[in-house]
Amino acid sequence: MSASSKDLGAFRIKGAGRHTPARTARFTFDGKSYTAMEGDTVASALLAHGVHVVGRSFKYHRPRGILSAGPEEPNALLDVSRDAGRRQPNVRATVQEVFDGVKIASQNRWPSLKYDIGAFNDLLSPFFAAGFYYKTFMWPKEAWHKLYEPFIRRAAGLGEAPREEDPDHYANRYAHCDVLIAGAGVAGLTAALSAAATGASVFLVDEQPEVGGAMHFDAAATIDGVNGYEWAQKTAARLKAMPNVTVLTRTTVFGYYNHGFVGLVERVTDHVARPGRDLPRERLWQVRAKRVVLATGSIERHMVFANNDRPGIMLASAARTFLNHHGVAVGKKVGVYTAHDSAYEAAFDLKRAGVSIAAIVDCRNHPGDAVLAEARALGIDVLTGHSVVNTSGRLRVSSMSVVRNGGSNARKVAVDSLIVSAGWTPSVHLFSQSRGKLRFDEQNQRFLPDIYAQDCVSIGACNGTDNLSDLIDEAIAAGGGALALSGENRFEWTGGMIGAAEGAGPDHVVKAFVDFQHDVTAKDIRLAVREGMHSIEHIKRFTTNGMASDQGKLSNMHGLAIAAEMLGRPIPKVGLTTFRAPYTPVTYGTLVGHSRGDLFDPARKTPMHALEAAEGAEFEDVGNWKRAWYFPKRGEDMHAAVNRECRTVREAAGVFDASTLGKIEVVGPDAAQFLNLLYTNAWDTLKPGKCRYGIMTREDGFVYDDGVVGRLAEDRFHVTTTTGGAPRVLHHMEDYLQTEFPHLKVWLTSTTEQWAVIAVQGPKAREIIQPFVEGLDISNEAFPHMSVAECKVMGVPARLFRMSFTGELGFEVNVPADYGPAVWKAIWERAEGMGACLYGTETMHVLRAEKGYIIVGQDTDGTVTPDDAGLGWAVSKKKADFVGIRGLKRPDLIRDGRKQLVGLVTNRPSDMLEEGAQIVADPNQPKPMTMLGHVTSSYWSENCGRSIAMALVADGRARIGQTLYVPMSDRTIAVEVTDMVFFDKEGGRIHG
Amino acid sequence: MADLVSRSLPLAGFHGGSATVRLEAAPPAERLSLRVRPEDVGALSGALGLDLPTKPKTSVSANGRTALWLGPDEWLVIGDVNGGLMQAAANSGTPHSAVDVSHRNTAILVSGPGAANAINAGCPQDLSLKAFPVGACSRTIFGKVEIVLLRTAEDAFRVEVWRSFSDYAFGLLSEGARDASAAV
Amino acid sequence: MLLIHCPYCEEDRSELEFRWAGEAHIARPENIAAITDEEFAEYFFLRNNEKGLTYERWRHIHGCGRFFNAARDTVSDKFLMTYKAGLPKQPIPTAEQAAAIAEEKTVETWEATEGDAR
Repeated sequence: MSASSKDLGAFRIKGAGRHTPARTARFTFDGKSYTAMEGDTVASALLAHGVHVVGRSFKYHRPRGILSAGPEEPNALLDVSRDAGRRQPNVRATVQEVFDGVKIASQNRWPSLKYDIGAFNDLLSPFFAAGFYYKTFMWPKEAWHKLYEPFIRRAAGLGEAPREEDPDHYANRYAHCDVLIAGAGVAGLTAALSAAATGASVFLVDEQPEVGGAMHFDAAATIDGVNGYEWAQKTAARLKAMPNVTVLTRTTVFGYYNHGFVGLVERVTDHVARPGRDLPRERLWQVRAKRVVLATGSIERHMVFANNDRPGIMLASAARTFLNHHGVAVGKKVGVYTAHDSAYEAAFDLKRAGVSIAAIVDCRNHPGDAVLAEARALGIDVLTGHSVVNTSGRLRVSSMSVVRNGGSNARKVAVDSLIVSAGWTPSVHLFSQSRGKLRFDEQNQRFLPDIYAQDCVSIGACNGTDNLSDLIDEAIAAGGGALALSGENRFEWTGGMIGAAEGAGPDHVVKAFVDFQHDVTAKDIRLAVREGMHSIEHIKRFTTNGMASDQGKLSNMHGLAIAAEMLGRPIPKVGLTTFRAPYTPVTYGTLVGHSRGDLFDPARKTPMHALEAAEGAEFEDVGNWKRAWYFPKRGEDMHAAVNRECRTVREAAGVFDASTLGKIEVVGPDAAQFLNLLYTNAWDTLKPGKCRYGIMTREDGFVYDDGVVGRLAEDRFHVTTTTGGAPRVLHHMEDYLQTEFPHLKVWLTSTTEQWAVIAVQGPKAREIIQPFVEGLDISNEAFPHMSVAECKVMGVPARLFRMSFTGELGFEVNVPADYGPAVWKAIWERAEGMGACLYGTETMHVLRAEKGYIIVGQDTDGTVTPDDAGLGWAVSKKKADFVGIRGLKRPDLIRDGRKQLVGLVTNRPSDMLEEGAQIVADPNQPKPMTMLGHVTSSYWSENCGRSIAMALVADGRARIGQTLYVPMSDRTIAVEVTDMVFFDKEGGRIHG
Repeated sequence: MADLVSRSLPLAGFHGGSATVRLEAAPPAERLSLRVRPEDVGALSGALGLDLPTKPKTSVSANGRTALWLGPDEWLVIGDVNGGLMQAAANSGTPHSAVDVSHRNTAILVSGPGAANAINAGCPQDLSLKAFPVGACSRTIFGKVEIVLLRTAEDAFRVEVWRSFSDYAFGLLSEGARDASAAV
Repeated sequence: MLLIHCPYCEEDRSELEFRWAGEAHIARPENIAAITDEEFAEYFFLRNNEKGLTYERWRHIHGCGRFFNAARDTVSDKFLMTYKAGLPKQPIPTAEQAAAIAEEKTVETWEATEGDAR
């Protein structure tokens, strides 16, 4: 019995509300189709059709309805989808706007909303009392994996997470302003006008689709004689036209952080039926505000009484919003239960719209005179000093039980909706996030801003200023400008209460809900106190009160009051739990923003990347770099390719892309002196045109980085670092230069990316590059190992290094990066014709290990000294100072028995060791065994015809020749300790 | 042989933008990372033919060259290809560091009414004309990479970035440009 | 996210442009090669990690590149001042600020910092 497409719902009231009747939208709820008006929220649209029950509660699976009309909603959490990829669970029905085609589904029910098997939990509720999960699942231990965990996982959490990749995109924007105003109600709008008049740059932000705040429901207030809501819209239009004002609606200030930093989330398309492809779904604004004005208003509280959670029971202000803004009546016969005058105005509005008011039940003996008089004038039955102590109705409230306070004879009054108000809680969330301190307003039982931690001011209802005239004055002052504006409330409000109401006290075993989303009752909070929880933080965690996604916007004050009563301590002594960002849930998509796919992290590619890819290279990640790993030919696996590359380099030659190596140009008259201080080696003795391998230690004496340094001129060095170490080495050098050695005239410049580096290694290396080099004799005599020169390669200014990380005759050709591909192509074309190969990082690793060259970070781990690594020769004994000189003399660094880097060969040449495997002297000793060290590098060496490894071993050099053992899970491998040079021990090839 | 060697620009073939933002790769340029102590700035200014700016976040352009203040002793000097910047600096005869970084950096030109918003998709600086007027420049952060930003006109910026970060920077600018044009 | 005044750029900039660089005013001994093990430990390993007023180094690494010093209250996260590297330890600007920091330092328990609302 689908509603007709023009059926806007039986509870729509003609002439009421602010939507345009001609503009409708179709949507489905649990598969059934409905028509809404544009501007409706899912909540108002469902209520228009008389749909109150929208979900099942978290723990007891009780039927639940719509409690509020705003973002504080704890109850009506729904699954909202646009299509298969665009589905989001736990969306608040009171926030989600209806658009044509949106599909809404209820959650936490099976098989259906009306008949839910989980509701059985409600009968078992004694077993689900506060803290049950700390007790119930304790034993037997074996039951945990099979029984308890699966049960908890199924029961825990509302809604079902989407499974498909999010097809939407999300934007990020940094912004700055003089004044950011959170909340565009009357206070926020007025402050914006005032601030804008001073010429300040202003951000005015509101979470709702339209500005106006409380004017959404308060149809009686006037500003400058105009209806408050209309004034708000006109004012917003004025503000939007000002060049110094940015007005953001559907935008939540979710976090107020240090130093005026404010996080906003703008919902851009969630209300649009067919959003443009270029629109982000949401936009994260990261705003730095010189000043923040908080005009966040206040939130109405519910009454805590038995069975106060039935669908149809809602906040009085929400009923007013549904009526005055959406044109929807929440029932035909409405009961009112209140401790505050504001609910009376809801009754007046409903009555005038033709809704029958069963009675106003006011637990106070003395309501405000004005509202009482008006109620009488409208012929509404008011029961002062009375309370609602129970309700009935399975899927919707059908009656309320009313008693005189202290009495026992309950009278059942038939209603189809019950609106409640216990008063208003100022929204101090953002103030608290900014680390401001609150004070307790005893008279009105509320926490208010007291001591500010940042340049911030609270105005209006969030500051306890409810009177419209006072509020406007406060807002004008906060904006810093001058403005003539007056406002008037229809009624001055009095009253309010926190804590459990009549019939829900310590003597009553009833379900009087405090926290709807987590099903926490007044009884649960008392139980927590009885079980020894005396801190509000412990009570919160034991009961989970306020820990749901609504963060207790309605429940915290009630929970605090009940706890304080049980503890016999005044409320300020018990204290509030901490408010934390985000104010309302923020999607992961928004926080991730642009950092997805290719933009997740920069992928750094060398100038020759595309050419290498065209040659079939496989790439590996080294830091953010993509480095050519190996170059498989057709039919080759990695092992075969690397073996071939290793052989070819030593037999003919190989061409390798070394561009990623860090490069730092050290320039200035004191350059050598500076390097003397930063490296363990001596540099003043290095002649221009020569290079040297350098070790850098930290002050503690441990190896920090290494690399070849070439001296181009007296005052100019070309320093190389490891690929991964480049940024931190430069930072380390700058630190010493700026703060310890600022007297030195020397400067550091990163040139990593200035140069494309083409390494040509192998016996034919010279022959390969010879024809390309101009103006330089590269014969062994004129340009021996460890030489550097500036020359031209193919007419391009180049730096040529004679150096080797393979143990072969080698050159590294540095050309300005843009020329890299052309030079690479030419060299490779010639090299290929001469039987050379391209090789990648894996072959580079094997070849260097065959020669015992270390890789900092692989063979060292931050606890290895140059001597441990067999590089003691690189530490100058003559220098008076260098970074690490004192650390190296520490007792632990010079003691016997330190771990030293050595070679290992397995007794069976085909056995391969695992990197990281531990080494022991006696494999038969009891566990835990005494471990002597571990394997740092292990490869198959095609050139040696066997496996080779490097390891850090206690007293390693003294153990050369000994047999040690590497216990693995399935076997123990015997190894012999050797020196680290496995190939060409004489080292003649490098000088070829 | 020299004329056979062609340049491969890191952003060759990249183009993009949106209704309010134009993105294009800048042509090759000569770039100098210049370091000199305050007392020697005059000598370098004379040698380069432009007054090196000494006020933070400012640049100076003269004789086809632009010098960007990056730090109290650091400038990025940008000029035409083969403009002889290195030689000019060497002629100053005063201790300094001049390092050719022409190929280390590449540049993206961002222009149009949405240019500042596009850059603010990843850059945390205040790009209002008041805080970042024409000629203002700064090394800063853009998403996950470092850039040097120069405002060349009210609605135009030059984004200098290391070459291996340039496709990331271009990609994020494209996202920012798309969002800057989104009807808000 | 912090907003940090760079004394070289003479401007407040986002924390994103900066890197923290440890406690300030720890000078490397001029005769470092000759100091005792205890002196070396004091210089290199041991840090006060004060709660409240802390002098620390920052580097404007994605800005002007300079290291500088800052006086920061680690309880409130407020920067009291920043100044150039090489300058001696600066006194914090006002006596009230000093008193306020001293008062904050007496707040020790998690309950007191997290739970207390006046």
